[in-house]
Amino acid sequence: MTPSDRDATGLLTKPDHFVQLITPAGERRADAEHDPWVADVDAAALGRLYRDMAIVRRLDAEATALQRQGELGLWPPLAGQEAAQIGSARALRDDDFVFTSYREHAVAWCRGVGPAELLTVWRGSASSGWNPYEHGMAVPQIIIGAQALHATGWAMGAAWEGTDAASVAYFGDGATSEGDVNEALVFAASFDAPVVFFCQNNQWAISEPVGLQSKQPLARRADGFGMPGIRVDGNDVLAVLAATRIALDRARRGGGPTFIEAVTYRLGPHTTADDPKRYRTDDELTEWGARDPLTRLLALLGTMGVDIEGLERDIADEAGRAAAELRAAVTTIPDPEPMTVFDHVYAEPNTHLARQRDHYARYLAMFDETDAAASGAAGGAR
Amino acid sequence: MTTLTLGKALNAGLRRALAADDKVVLMGEDIGTLGGVFRITDGLKAEFGANRVVDTPLSEAGIMGTAVGLAYRGFRPVVEIQFDGFIYPGFDQIVAQVAKLHYRSRGNVRMPLTIRVPFGGGIGAAEHHSESPEAYFAHTAGLRVVACSNPADAYVMIQQAIASDDPVLFFEPKRRYHVKGEVDETASLADAKPMGVASVVASGTDVTLVTYGALVQTARDAAIAAAEDGVSIEVIDLRSLAPVDYATVEASVRRTGRLVITHEAGQQGGVGAELAASVTERCFEFLEAAPVRVTGHDIPYPPAKLERHHLPDLDRILDGVDRVLGRPNSLSGVEA
Repeated sequence: MTPSDRDATGLLTKPDHFVQLITPAGERRADAEHDPWVADVDAAALGRLYRDMAIVRRLDAEATALQRQGELGLWPPLAGQEAAQIGSARALRDDDFVFTSYREHAVAWCRGVGPAELLTVWRGSASSGWNPYEHGMAVPQIIIGAQALHATGWAMGAAWEGTDAASVAYFGDGATSEGDVNEALVFAASFDAPVVFFCQNNQWAISEPVGLQSKQPLARRADGFGMPGIRVDGNDVLAVLAATRIALDRARRGGGPTFIEAVTYRLGPHTTADDPKRYRTDDELTEWGARDPLTRLLALLGTMGVDIEGLERDIADEAGRAAAELRAAVTTIPDPEPMTVFDHVYAEPNTHLARQRDHYARYLAMFDETDAAASGAAGGAR
Repeated sequence: MTTLTLGKALNAGLRRALAADDKVVLMGEDIGTLGGVFRITDGLKAEFGANRVVDTPLSEAGIMGTAVGLAYRGFRPVVEIQFDGFIYPGFDQIVAQVAKLHYRSRGNVRMPLTIRVPFGGGIGAAEHHSESPEAYFAHTAGLRVVACSNPADAYVMIQQAIASDDPVLFFEPKRRYHVKGEVDETASLADAKPMGVASVVASGTDVTLVTYGALVQTARDAAIAAAEDGVSIEVIDLRSLAPVDYATVEASVRRTGRLVITHEAGQQGGVGAELAASVTERCFEFLEAAPVRVTGHDIPYPPAKLERHHLPDLDRILDGVDRVLGRPNSLSGVEA
């Protein structure tokens, strides 16, 4: 490695620095080690992966717009990370379980999470939008890296029960500095837990470049923990699919955990509350824009004889309908009833909280009486 | 009835819980082959196997976080924190995950963890081995916090904690591990007193003395000593610190009109502060005097040779009793 191998953010992005099966220009690179893992992925299957990525990009843009229009309190856009999320999540089975951070909307899409379920948390209407057991996907995790341990524990349990199900921990480059992630790597290695550590290195932890988290490629850390590390072009959906299939196969066969570093880029802000212009350059955006995950797949499909104009037209229609559904769904999310603020703190009856709940109900009831008195004075015309 | 030490009673309770439900798993440092530094899990790995009694890496956040993942999958993890002062690396997972996931998942994900913590001082230990961190957890919504004080309670309460669908911080009075008592190992859990209910362990009419954990025995000794002086103390073993069984405490205070609370933990923001405030709010008109707290000082836990100047003992408790009775005491003549 020489300094000239690094791009503006200090990242290694040349094809010989990671697994890449589709170049940014859309050429299919032969790779004897990884090609067998995606031998079944024909033009039609690639078209479906493209469809996934195009629709979630459209949904992501719509959600950003909904935030700008005041319908959502916050939104963390995924734009740029479609291949990393779709390629990995499409490698999973229904009985697997994913533990994500808060940006994995494309993973949620693959796990069958519906539009209202996806937006509930970001509208501030409830503390979670879906039942984790219906989708094999935990509630979003805001505490950076905490879910890596949850995925590891779940995987330990799956192995103890004698199943071949696996879990995936999704986290970012920033999370690799957290103790929880490192402790998860220790536990997973020591117990041969069937877990895949899927790190989306999107180059930025809000304003901090990945170089602040690590002086070397993150995938190299795996070796120190005693597990295989795979560095993959995270903007190449086929390479991500291959890497995740390799890791899941190892997990299911009792081979233990794998660390995957998917090298990608967050094209948008950290969240709708962030201003990335304060910490990164237009040149960098242009550079990464040229490595876009969707453009390269479309180009590849063109070389495979697919009618890409037709494909694009059909998918644009479908994505438009999905976006309209998302927009319609947001207003169907019910505003929570005041007294539900006390719900689900405990699974069992709790005398202390019951007393507070009762007190607050009495307090709220005073306003009903006040309103009733006021309307009575006004002749009851309400 | 069997005569067991408090430590052996916990061991027996854990064994019964492991046998009753194969989703119960014990996790912690040195709990398997060694049987725990206090031998509370002695013999359980040999009996139930390494996947039920799990020696973990030295990582409290790791233990707690993997236990959360196991709970996600339907397990009932029983986690041992080796010493009270070692719990802090796992604090984030307890407070941000264990305590909140049932709420955050709108009731879909249960966190039936039991977090066992040997707590308190009086054993002449090194730094970080004698702390009383219970108030941090009593302050945290979503957790239940209990403390046992005798072998019979230890045997039943550990099983109740494990059976609870809510996460339970289970504080064990480590300096009482070797105290013996009668335990009914055939008793049905269904008939046992719920762990949320306090126990009146000595009846009295002049002063209500509330405590938990290791100080229950000290409080009982204080009641005996006070009786010789003509003062009748009612001692309540709180057992549950969150939620507190105010029905039992209030009923006593309404009769005695005087409340003393004692615990090893420091005073500020402690369980005694909450208890004093709540009892004052709820039965102010029954109080003959302001509630009195007899607690550890608000200092880092001191070196072993100073701990007797930190821990409430029989005489300091009796001094507190004198204060609540308006008799000559250490603060006589001092402006409030």
